[in-house]
Amino acid sequence: MENNEYLEVFIEESKEHIQSLNNQLLVLENEPENMDTIGEIFRSAHTLKGMSATMGYKDLADLTHNMENVLDAARNDQVKITSEIIDMIFQAVDQLEGMVLDIVEGGDGASDVQELVQTLQTIENNQDIENLNESTMAADNEPKPANNEQVYFNQLDQFELAIIDQSKENGFENLEVKIKLNENCLLKAARVYMVFEVLEQIGEVIKADPTVQELEEENFDLQFHVLIVTKDSPEEVQQKILKVSEIEEVTVSMFKQDKNAQGDDNEQNIAENEQSTDGVKESPKSKNAEGKKKTGKGVTSKTIRVNIDRLDGLMNLFEELVIDRGRLEQISANLKNAELQETVERMTRISGDLQSIILNMRMVPIEQVFNRFPRMVRQLSKDLGKKIKLDIVGAETELDRTVIDEIGDPLVHLIRNALDHGIETPEKRQASGKKEEGDLLLEAYHSGNHVFIEISDDGAGINREKVLDKAISNHVITEEEAKQLTDKQVYQLIMSSGFSTADKISDVSGRGVGLDVVKNTIESLGGTITIESEEGKGSLFSIQLPLTLSIISVLLVEVEKEKYAVPLSSIIETAIISKSEILNAHNKKVIDFRGKVVPLIDLKNVFEVPTEGQGDELYSIVIIRKGDKMAGLVVDTFIGQQEIVLKSLGDYLGDVFAISGATILGDGQVALIVDTNTLIN
Amino acid sequence: MEEITNNHKSIIIELDKEEYAIPVEVVGAIERMQFITRVPKTATFVKGVINLRGVVTPIIDLRERFGMESIEQTESTRIIIIHMESNDVGFIVDAAYDVLDIPEDAIEPAPKVIGTIDADYIGGVAKVDKRLIMFLELEKVLSQESYRAATLGQEG
Repeated sequence: MENNEYLEVFIEESKEHIQSLNNQLLVLENEPENMDTIGEIFRSAHTLKGMSATMGYKDLADLTHNMENVLDAARNDQVKITSEIIDMIFQAVDQLEGMVLDIVEGGDGASDVQELVQTLQTIENNQDIENLNESTMAADNEPKPANNEQVYFNQLDQFELAIIDQSKENGFENLEVKIKLNENCLLKAARVYMVFEVLEQIGEVIKADPTVQELEEENFDLQFHVLIVTKDSPEEVQQKILKVSEIEEVTVSMFKQDKNAQGDDNEQNIAENEQSTDGVKESPKSKNAEGKKKTGKGVTSKTIRVNIDRLDGLMNLFEELVIDRGRLEQISANLKNAELQETVERMTRISGDLQSIILNMRMVPIEQVFNRFPRMVRQLSKDLGKKIKLDIVGAETELDRTVIDEIGDPLVHLIRNALDHGIETPEKRQASGKKEEGDLLLEAYHSGNHVFIEISDDGAGINREKVLDKAISNHVITEEEAKQLTDKQVYQLIMSSGFSTADKISDVSGRGVGLDVVKNTIESLGGTITIESEEGKGSLFSIQLPLTLSIISVLLVEVEKEKYAVPLSSIIETAIISKSEILNAHNKKVIDFRGKVVPLIDLKNVFEVPTEGQGDELYSIVIIRKGDKMAGLVVDTFIGQQEIVLKSLGDYLGDVFAISGATILGDGQVALIVDTNTLIN
Repeated sequence: MEEITNNHKSIIIELDKEEYAIPVEVVGAIERMQFITRVPKTATFVKGVINLRGVVTPIIDLRERFGMESIEQTESTRIIIIHMESNDVGFIVDAAYDVLDIPEDAIEPAPKVIGTIDADYIGGVAKVDKRLIMFLELEKVLSQESYRAATLGQEG
């Protein structure tokens, strides 16, 4: 099908527009009078409508069309935005989303939209019967395009139509230009080229008749037609083209779509409806149109959608390159040839730049995941009869695309959990002297090589005894064990499977089966989740995730004859201290590092390195940190800093204690990467 | 071992003077001994990892895996790289010979006790020209359960 190549674009863009609808509706809910927001929503709905009609999704187009009508009425002060209307539009958006998802899964996006369409029409009708009549009448009476002028370009494909629709959105004009060359013109192709040169400066050529290729081959008489999208007026366009010599005549007219050429009745009606409404309400719209132009310009950024597989392929190739680069560096260091060294250095710099670009391409702001939550929280708090204020901090924090794709569901679970089990009902909150409205904070930030996502609420917190009772009765732990557990360990219990502490099981967060799934997902991403809680004050779920993860900077160190890589991101500094500076505290070796007591961890012991001979008088120490905790790793020698490619140890070995992976060094040997986070715990 | 083909193409390896067969389809490469990076806190029979053309591959000493006494490596010591679903693993063996076609009818089920290794790991025995060749059950040799058990046993 011809549609297939556009389907992906359609789906992506529909999702974006639905997201934008959701966001703007939330804004509108707080400021029902905000005309800019209504305009924004209208535009999203409108574009969505155009796109879905083009793609032949009739129900989708129907629903958006009616939504658009309501919004248009609101825009013109004929309908007042009430919370009922917003609810209704939210419902419509939900249904749209469902339909788009259906299309994603290969369905035809059909759905019974009649009920919603009717409700939307009632909203519109009740307060604005006049307008509806007008528009339907106008639609009926819309004359077929006048035939006094010969219409070219009636065979536009869907893509071209989409461009035309969109350009209208953004305040561009679609002009049809008829150009006639002078009879004596010798180099017709050259003239055509010059005309196109001019046209491309003022806008974009959508279609030419005869085709550009035919024009270039001079396969035409003297006339040709061009469809162009521009901001210039027809007169300006005409003037500019006439500057090209040997042009006999230029006629510029507004382009009108020949509806007959489009098989899709639906599309036709909608487009006509829109035209007629445009005509009916001149004054308010022109004001909006100006604002529209501005936003259209400001938002436009040049982007290209690339399949993630291609980026992965690029990344894999680059990793190979990094390994070879390491090898080259080593060879050039051995050969000590100035010219070679210079070239290798240059190559290193360039590949370094290349690396940051490739990595950045894969980074996506976590906003993509976060921005669906306000909507969800709004709905849930209504369902649960709770008052909740959601704050989002750090939505711009960037994460690797692969992590982003996975993190959504766990977060949904956690937020649902916080709303359902965490934050109390308004009555309960008042009774315990809190403000009625519960606070839910969603925060993301970078720290070292990790991204932290925290979900905190000021709700009831976790009741240690309750958790323990439940765990014991569910045979998760024994009573003996229960006594020995720290608070943190107790909280971790709620993430074991089949666990629920809510007295009332709701369909919101279910029976607690969700939290163990959350934990599994996060661990499979190489992250961890911890829970802090204070009864009566609230809970904090903190997720720690790796940032990206294929190429990292490390400090290579040697322990006896083995080489280990310590991620630079977790290193504060390195130090060499003498044996006498090592102190003992509670049978642990510690040092005084800038006034802080830092425990020492001997890598020899941790990794059971076979040792030969006695230790030195001097100790080489790598000071590492995790959050605000520090530790000193005792190693034998520092080799140096290097960029390395992170490789997995393979499924067979699975998780190895304190090792996060391996890498291949310049000499082809494998070095293990130390997982400093587990060492500090 | 119920295949329509009558011959089992196998790589013959030697462990403690006995011969074992590994189906040729699962063998990715036969490598000479090379530097192995030790991975701490793993089962003792896991010797570490090597860089196999850019892939970090764990290496298992089959002698230790089967509880035989380990020996110093010799000129003939080889690493056999095995592709198993998602796992790529290397086996250290005393020697590796060429491919042998073993006729189906020469294969008999494994007796309860055979040679020095646990019969669980043997899928069958074949007699070819007075040689006794044992078929390794790779799934069992590489099973996660046995690996974990070995790792835990060591820590405890």
